[in-house]
Amino acid sequence: MATFILRRILLSIPVLIISTVIIFWGMTEIADPLSSLRLLPNVSQQTIQNIVDRKHLDDPWYVQYVFWAKDLFTERNTTALGNNPIWPDLKRAAGNTVQLIAISEVIAITTAVWLGVQSAKKQYSVFDYTTTTVSFFGFSVPIFWFALMLQALVTGLFLWTGFRLFYTFGQSSFDIASQGWWAVLIDRLQHMVLPITTLAYVNIATYSRFQRASMLEVLNADYIRTARAKGLSERTVTMKHGLRNALIPVVTLAAINFGGLLGGAVITETIFAWPGMGKFFFDALSQGDAYTIMSWLVVTAIAIIIGNLLADIAYGWLDPRIRYD
Amino acid sequence: MTDQVERFPSARADSDVEEAVTQSALDTMARDDLDVLEREGLEIESLTQWQLTRRKFFQHKLAVGSLILLLIIILSSLFAEQLAPYPFDAPNVPDRSLAPTLTDNHFFGTDKIGRDYFSRTLYGTRTSIYVAFFVSFLSTGIGVIVGGIAGYYGKWIDNLLMRVTDLFFTLPFLPVLMILANFWGRGNPIRVGIVLAFLFWTTLARIVRGEFLSLREKEYVEAAKALGASDARIIFRHILPNALGAIIVNATLTVATAILVEAALSFLGFGIQPPFPALGKLISDGQDALTTQWWLAVFPGLTIVAIALCINFIGDGLRDALDPKQRVK
Amino acid sequence: MADSVLEIKDLVVEFDTTDGVVHAVDGVSYEVAPGETLGVVGESGSGKSVTVMSALGLIQMPPGRIVRGEVLYNGRNLIGLPIDELRKIRNKEIGMVFQDPMTSLNPVFTVGDQIAEAILEHNASATELEARKRTIGLLERVGVPNAERRFDQYPHEYSGGMRQRAMIAMAIANDPAVIIADEPTTALDVTIQAQVLDVLKDATRETHAALILITHDLGVVAELVDKVAVMYAGKVVERGSVEEIFHAPRHPYTLGLMMSLPRLSGEIKKLLPIAGNPPSLLNRPAGCSFHPRCRLYHGREICRTDVPELPGGTTAAACHFTSEMAAELEREAAEAGIAAEGGRIG
Repeated sequence: MATFILRRILLSIPVLIISTVIIFWGMTEIADPLSSLRLLPNVSQQTIQNIVDRKHLDDPWYVQYVFWAKDLFTERNTTALGNNPIWPDLKRAAGNTVQLIAISEVIAITTAVWLGVQSAKKQYSVFDYTTTTVSFFGFSVPIFWFALMLQALVTGLFLWTGFRLFYTFGQSSFDIASQGWWAVLIDRLQHMVLPITTLAYVNIATYSRFQRASMLEVLNADYIRTARAKGLSERTVTMKHGLRNALIPVVTLAAINFGGLLGGAVITETIFAWPGMGKFFFDALSQGDAYTIMSWLVVTAIAIIIGNLLADIAYGWLDPRIRYD
Repeated sequence: MTDQVERFPSARADSDVEEAVTQSALDTMARDDLDVLEREGLEIESLTQWQLTRRKFFQHKLAVGSLILLLIIILSSLFAEQLAPYPFDAPNVPDRSLAPTLTDNHFFGTDKIGRDYFSRTLYGTRTSIYVAFFVSFLSTGIGVIVGGIAGYYGKWIDNLLMRVTDLFFTLPFLPVLMILANFWGRGNPIRVGIVLAFLFWTTLARIVRGEFLSLREKEYVEAAKALGASDARIIFRHILPNALGAIIVNATLTVATAILVEAALSFLGFGIQPPFPALGKLISDGQDALTTQWWLAVFPGLTIVAIALCINFIGDGLRDALDPKQRVK
Repeated sequence: MADSVLEIKDLVVEFDTTDGVVHAVDGVSYEVAPGETLGVVGESGSGKSVTVMSALGLIQMPPGRIVRGEVLYNGRNLIGLPIDELRKIRNKEIGMVFQDPMTSLNPVFTVGDQIAEAILEHNASATELEARKRTIGLLERVGVPNAERRFDQYPHEYSGGMRQRAMIAMAIANDPAVIIADEPTTALDVTIQAQVLDVLKDATRETHAALILITHDLGVVAELVDKVAVMYAGKVVERGSVEEIFHAPRHPYTLGLMMSLPRLSGEIKKLLPIAGNPPSLLNRPAGCSFHPRCRLYHGREICRTDVPELPGGTTAAACHFTSEMAAELEREAAEAGIAAEGGRIG
């Protein structure tokens, strides 16, 4: 197993390098990294020239790439305009995103597995049809609109009753730190509920469909019949013999997703103004800062590669037929 | 078991040797499929594959209902000029900020400069549907060609394709779309559509590759090869028809995904922008007045939900209808 | 029969499908006594598997449905028994061996654990260690070499024949009174089949269990069983001792089966398949289901209108014209060049 992980990590490095080259080429050649700066009226020619010198923009793109790659993981990796180091902000954003997605994924996976298993066990029942409808709605609702509707509901409730159930914006109330850790915790949770609900809902829809399908397939397997023929209880048959097999695809999917989510809750974080990776990216793209975007992409790509690796490890761990190395 | 040949109507009528050999292999395959049922003592009626598919699809009430609703939505948006009570972009200040009402046909209300949101939604729907179908056709075309070549010829072409799609999968989907749409899309529906298709084809390419890889090894394809059939004949007569199910289902679901993703891009300000009407943009216009003018965000959003829901149900119905293993309920 | 350990009486099982009701089992009756081996023979889709599966409640309901009939285990009806009662019968009293050993073992648990699970389930007092020891003993008994090491291996590390041995070990784990083997050798290589049958035979003899062997392979029947029930389109069409079935079949379908069987002795000059295909269970021919394929039919009306009854007794056939079978056998023998009552089996 250790050799497998090591080999996979080593194999990921060229993939990562190639994708950074493509990203860099795309960002510098196709999209002029200074295009949005040039449109700003208060940016002087001298400022632009400084940036060109600092980022070696007069050189061919591959020379720029080498300079960029050399400084990538250092303090010299800075924004184009303000020459501010990128990493401190990116790290803070990553921390905030991890809080959000860790909780929402745990909720999504447990709920979805339960829903999927129950639906499969009671195929074509009212419960099954309800779950199916709700999850089809989950695939079909634009996530940004769902988030807006949540905001509208909670804000409407606040305006109507004057009671602040959840916050629709930001990460914490601005004066909360002075009121003790308990207040801070409650306040944080009140801010987190809506983004977590949004993220979890969409993932529950996907995961539960997956879980239902794999559970249905497993329940029709011959070894389930063998387990029943042994005289095991229905609970042992489905929860031990069935679920252990049916979990494999969902766990794999969730692990793959985890990497993508780390960089990708762009819509949810933007709408709820959660200062995480997604919001960070949105702001960087809105400001047109190519260097910030590129750093963000590198981190996200690494997260995705790690997610895929985790998926493979989980797969090998759950299914004894898979042997790595 | 009654005569399985009935399911493939050309089998006995065609005297072509290649045809007969491959068809009899097909029959064997079909029989293998049915073995499971046979063991339970079940019996399948003789129908052609397409008859069976059609019949199964039309038994799926939800899918048929969705198809009808979707056709209504599509047709009414195509005839927006005739159906919309107002032009897309005409302000009418005296009628500003009206809640949905039947008077003056402001079914979906008006915004703060008096534009009629029912008309805006109709036009926006048209753009969204155009773009989504365009994306689906384009990405399906690319996916089938690339996946087919990789799956059929294998070797280095296959390797190259797999590495390219690997690369695509290491990049976060939506952000990359946002970057591309931002720097290249420029708010133009066709450009945004091309950007979407550029990222969408990989999924289908992988599916088609997988289908081609496994179908390539089937006995009836080997038989056709042994009889000297050309590559083109094998691909178009023997492999593609069998991969068609997966392709159709994927193309259908791609329409739904494309609508949702395009709406998200437009909402965030990186997709279709004025002067082109788009549902996502309509919702973001209503975002600032969520509690005071709720109708601005609600109706375009519901329209997207309705379209995507219909397509997903249709896709589900198609999948059930095309999957031979699901014949018995 | 008073001394039968398992008796199926007039069992009717149907399946609802989108195309209509499938009459999978239609009034099947047979029984086995302790130590006795019953062969249930028939083509695919004749309902032979469904019969035993429904006896233990192992068919999916719905779409399956037991319309009527009894399954008497030591006089106790298993049909309609609460699931918790039925569970105590499964494996403890009636062990099952399934057709495909490749898919019948759970891929994510070790073979040993899966057998030990059956022991632990039915022996509340047994510890894990005892179960392990007993399992290793069982594996040795069915001829799995290195049983100690094999215990901790996963099914994919076993060959097909070894897996079927493990399945047999699982079936006899609690010394059941009845073993049901559903096409136990069909999925195996020919060279392995005989070995697995030997293991099954020995296991049955040692435990003095009754064995119901479901198969479409007449060679297996000839080798292993005492008596035979022949099934066609959901019904038992003939029953009798193995001698009678092979030498003096009373049903034209049974004769057809014999004629289609290759014999090593080379006495038969050619193999004769039964004309036509098995009927659709959705829409069976009226009267005797076999009449469209029957050599005795000759267009007679009663075959089209009346379903022939299977008379009671140990030897019987469900055919309106079973009396004509003797003449038919003579004619057949004359044509094929063998004496109807002579020759060895298999």
